[in-house]
Amino acid sequence: MTTAEAVLSPRARQRRRMRRRLLRRPLAVAGLVVALMFVLMALFAPLIAPYSPGKSDFSAALSGPSSQHLFGTDDLGRDIFSRVVWSARASMQAGVFATLLAMAVAVPIGLVAGYYRGWIDPVISRITDVVLAFPFLIIAVGLAAILGPSLKNATIALGIAAMPILVRVTRGETLALREEDYVKAAVANGASDFVILGRHILPNMTGTLLVQATVWIPRSIIGEALLSFLGLGVQPPTPSWGVMLSAAQPFIDQAPRLVIFPGLAIFLATLSFNLLGDGLRDILDPKTRA
Amino acid sequence: MALLDVSNLSVRFDTDDGAVQAVDGVSLELEQKQVLAIVGESGCGKSVTAMSLLRLLPPSATVTGAASFDGRDLLAADESELRAIRGREISFVFQEPMTSLNPALTVQKQIGEVLRRHLDMSGDQARERTVELLDLVGIPAPRRRLGEYPHQLSGGMRQRVMIAMALACDPKVLIADEPTTALDVTIQAGILDLLRDVRERLGTAIVLITHNLGVVADIADRVVVMYAGRKVEEAEVHELFAHPQHPYTVGLLAAIPRKANGDGRRRLQEIPGIVPSLPEPPPRCTFAPRCPRADERSRSEQPPLREVRPDHHVACFHPGEEPWPEGWRT
Repeated sequence: MTTAEAVLSPRARQRRRMRRRLLRRPLAVAGLVVALMFVLMALFAPLIAPYSPGKSDFSAALSGPSSQHLFGTDDLGRDIFSRVVWSARASMQAGVFATLLAMAVAVPIGLVAGYYRGWIDPVISRITDVVLAFPFLIIAVGLAAILGPSLKNATIALGIAAMPILVRVTRGETLALREEDYVKAAVANGASDFVILGRHILPNMTGTLLVQATVWIPRSIIGEALLSFLGLGVQPPTPSWGVMLSAAQPFIDQAPRLVIFPGLAIFLATLSFNLLGDGLRDILDPKTRA
Repeated sequence: MALLDVSNLSVRFDTDDGAVQAVDGVSLELEQKQVLAIVGESGCGKSVTAMSLLRLLPPSATVTGAASFDGRDLLAADESELRAIRGREISFVFQEPMTSLNPALTVQKQIGEVLRRHLDMSGDQARERTVELLDLVGIPAPRRRLGEYPHQLSGGMRQRVMIAMALACDPKVLIADEPTTALDVTIQAGILDLLRDVRERLGTAIVLITHNLGVVADIADRVVVMYAGRKVEEAEVHELFAHPQHPYTVGLLAAIPRKANGDGRRRLQEIPGIVPSLPEPPPRCTFAPRCPRADERSRSEQPPLREVRPDHHVACFHPGEEPWPEGWRT
């Protein structure tokens, strides 16, 4: 420990140690950088995109990449680069909010099931088992079809579809943590169930939940693209990677870049979150720590 | 009337592998400011007895008998009454200081939580009281420790924090379950000094659960010896050490390592066999299978607790101080 480090508060020292551990994983750092880039792209789309995503220039329709249009234009003469940038909004919105929604509902349910056991645990577990019999995207498509096509409804559908696995993860973690000595000590100190769940169990699973978030954000990004592709998510003319892919179908042979650029964006966005998640898992899980 | 009055307490666990009678008809009395030691090997039901008083056992446990604290019936109390007693009037110190503190909370938050809950203190009050408590349990530079996490503290330090937390609300009874077992010998002495100090200065009555008779001699006023869920002997500490009556107690005392007196080496006497786990309380002396004094009567009849010397109770048909035969085997 250097002298400079000794004067830091323990919390700052721990944060510093975490940061150093993360920096030792180049893939995780690359993931973090690219993921941040997409977030910034979504936040500052109007500043980054050279054109409005809906602005048509029919004289330049289906033109190739040029200094005017970095990625070229689509069949309606819209700038592909601008549309890819603007689409990050829909993707990030769906990715982040679907995950937050899923956690907000699933974590309390998992805590209750894992902590109280009794009759409530098998009831919740069997329900999640039934839902888990269907793949994530199938449920999302079904729910989106019921709710009606819009970005908001697609987000809700994706959030609901993510809940069963999150319930299961939280429940499992709660089952393990409730046996910890410090939980028993808290009971012996007169803590209420609410305090035990909120202060003693939940904070000790933040690492697990953080890793889960990095799993569900990219899954929801893909989900949003899929729903939008099928016409169940973002509605044209609002841009979204899925919408762009869908609209590009007739022109795949003629102008493959119409598919390549939004496809690349989906690929990079999901890959970056997954790499970040892998890195976080390694850092936060003491068992895999080298 | 005693502060804590337990009579005929029995605890039974219904497990998947069948029933286990962990405690069988134990009675205890704890007076104000008294240090009562409960002694026995692992599996004798010491901890279960203590945990059953605050109803900290899992739902598979059935507790019968009576336990009253300060005139209140502990076994009939509802969940909110219990919560008000736990940590406020009766508090626990557990064996494992390494895992009994929440790794996600700082020392200040950990202790502050108890203060806010039971005494309704504000953040600043709780902070000041925490400093006071850390100072009381002998943690140097207490203010600097407030923001530290458990992983930054040593084992002895953590046990001191646990004791500080247990003392936070000035409880009437402190139940310490093997508080020194997980610690180094040098640290053990410090923790025992601390417990003695707590009794002197705060007047807290202490129930000390241990398998270490050395610890008992050091600090206890009165001793209860348990074997296989039953109380087999009870006396004042000096009386018990000077005139042990139950062969189990005699064996435990012989098993304390001590310096040989002059004439060379002395072989450490052991008690052969292990504590049985019993599905039903048997109608015999539970110690008989390991006992050199056991006879037909011990094997067919349960010895009642009786007073063999003034204020010295033993559950044995053949009480006496004579040591075990040399090299005795079952």
